[in-house]
Amino acid sequence: MSLAPSSIAGELALRCTGLHRHLGQGEGRVHVLKGVSFEARRGQVYAIVGPSGCGKSTLLYLLGLLDQPDQGQIEINGKLMSNHDDVARTAARGEHIGFVFQFHFLMLEFTALENVMMPMRKLGRLPQAAMTARAHDLLEAVGLGTKTHRLGTQLSGGEQQRVAVARALANQPAILLADEPTGNLDAKNSGVVFDLLTRLAKEQGQAIVLVTHNAEIAQRCDFTRPMRDGLFI
Amino acid sequence: MSPNLRIAFRFLTAKKRAMFMSLSCTVLGVGLFIVTQATTSGFERFFTKTILGINGAVRIEDKIQDTMRSMAAAGASDSYFAQREGVKYIEGVEEALLIAEAVREFANVRGVSAVVRGNVQITSALKTEDAQIFGIKIEDHVRVSDLAEQITRGKLDDFRDSPSGALLGRVLADRLQLVVGDSFVLTSRGQSRRVHVAAIYETGYREVDKSNIYLQIGEARSLLRRPAGATFLQVSLFDPSRAPQDAAKMEQVLGHGAKPWQEREKTWLAVFRALRVSTMITVSVFTLIASLAMFNTLAMIVLEKTKDIAILRSMGYERRDITQIFLWQAGIVLAIGAMAGALLGAGVTWLVGQVPLPINGIFKTDRFIVTWDPNHYLAAIATAVVMVMVASLIPARRAARLEPGDIVRGTAQ
Repeated sequence: MSLAPSSIAGELALRCTGLHRHLGQGEGRVHVLKGVSFEARRGQVYAIVGPSGCGKSTLLYLLGLLDQPDQGQIEINGKLMSNHDDVARTAARGEHIGFVFQFHFLMLEFTALENVMMPMRKLGRLPQAAMTARAHDLLEAVGLGTKTHRLGTQLSGGEQQRVAVARALANQPAILLADEPTGNLDAKNSGVVFDLLTRLAKEQGQAIVLVTHNAEIAQRCDFTRPMRDGLFI
Repeated sequence: MSPNLRIAFRFLTAKKRAMFMSLSCTVLGVGLFIVTQATTSGFERFFTKTILGINGAVRIEDKIQDTMRSMAAAGASDSYFAQREGVKYIEGVEEALLIAEAVREFANVRGVSAVVRGNVQITSALKTEDAQIFGIKIEDHVRVSDLAEQITRGKLDDFRDSPSGALLGRVLADRLQLVVGDSFVLTSRGQSRRVHVAAIYETGYREVDKSNIYLQIGEARSLLRRPAGATFLQVSLFDPSRAPQDAAKMEQVLGHGAKPWQEREKTWLAVFRALRVSTMITVSVFTLIASLAMFNTLAMIVLEKTKDIAILRSMGYERRDITQIFLWQAGIVLAIGAMAGALLGAGVTWLVGQVPLPINGIFKTDRFIVTWDPNHYLAAIATAVVMVMVASLIPARRAARLEPGDIVRGTAQ
């Protein structure tokens, strides 16, 4: 199944330069990122690896505009976003960025279909029928075509994470950020979810940046960027 | 349906029991507010109707003497300014016909009746009582009062057709054991006159029913030795609520004191107002509890839904969307609560209206008086909306202030 052309593969989707970030306050204040620069192109899969506390997730949240750097710049699709206000960054997230978290974060009162439609409803680009059709296609693509009307509570952990993948791709974002997407799954489901993520994202021409501890997953990515003490090695 | 409203609907189910509590309190708050307002204002309006039916909307009385002109005529003195605002009155309305004609020119005036009033003694075969006579021209007076509807025994036509006929209040007639057709003697200033009971009326206002006797104006003039003029003019208005403005204008134009019914009955009206406000405050406690319950419920939902808030924010939902989602929840409960509360209020108001409750004193009724006023429903709902929405704003804004990065980082660790 192809949900969108991948003719844009290779275009620069994301660039950050000299990112600094401190966390905590007072004596507990820690310099987590110490001038990180990074770029990601569409159609490529990037793995950020490193020991716990090295700043991987902090970098990912900065790249996803969920957090703001103390210093440095972030460009999304060639547009400088790090100095924008919350409204502009939120709009950019909805339009250009998809997230997959370690703990799927499905909204459990909603069905799989409704979860996938949630970002499309906010963006409001498609009519209702088109949104439903695309959500069905995405759930079909992640192998949940027969479980579209199940609530989050009625799905297994692996299935929930696959719904989260479909949801992250709903608005055809330029960038897909995944924080330990397989960290909460067994080996079999980890492989399934990773394969889905990379296959669908490549088909749609997304730049995928994932943070992982899983060496096997990291090896299967196009690029691996190890981190230590707030810097790429 | 907007995405925010859709999400709000689903979030509502997260705390069903707590939401049901908030809903119940809202229903009770709105319902009881309506019932108490319907009953208190019911009695107030009935009292007002009774008063207007007896005394009319405006009473034009004594002539105002222009003190400033008399002082000026007397020449300047040191006390000129001190007395400048002093007002003296000349008792009664001497040019009653002319003044009545002038009053009829006011747009809001429905009718004018000249009344001659005086104190008398009434003597029946059994007893003597003090009373007041009101000399009236019945054609004029029925236009400024409910006298025609207040006749309980006898006929108004008998009064109209008989110069020696009198209308007696029910209480006075009972005390003197007089019935229609009986004769009695009125005495004033050494003069006596025998009249007969043409009809008996009952206003429900005990003070009136035990002392007021209506006579033809000619009979009253003769008995009170007042060949011309009137004690006062009773005026009825198409819109009695405008009586203070009309009275002020009449006073200015006619040079006579003019009292609106709101001023005459200000003591009773103040009592009713105090009663209405105190019940409103008491009943608003339910709405206050509803708002606190809503605050508590939403605060719990915010705590429980932090991850959902983070994911919504990561999907492009703005802070104001998050605020809206939580305010929608309060709005949905409010809408259901207001509708159910209005129905409850209407139902209980109807039931209360059936309760037998004989009252006789400042008005007469044999059951609970209620009013059906859309403003009560609007006020009840507006109170609930303000209190619940203000209480909901705090958790809603707190939810909107949550930083998605902090939430996700906290969960991921």
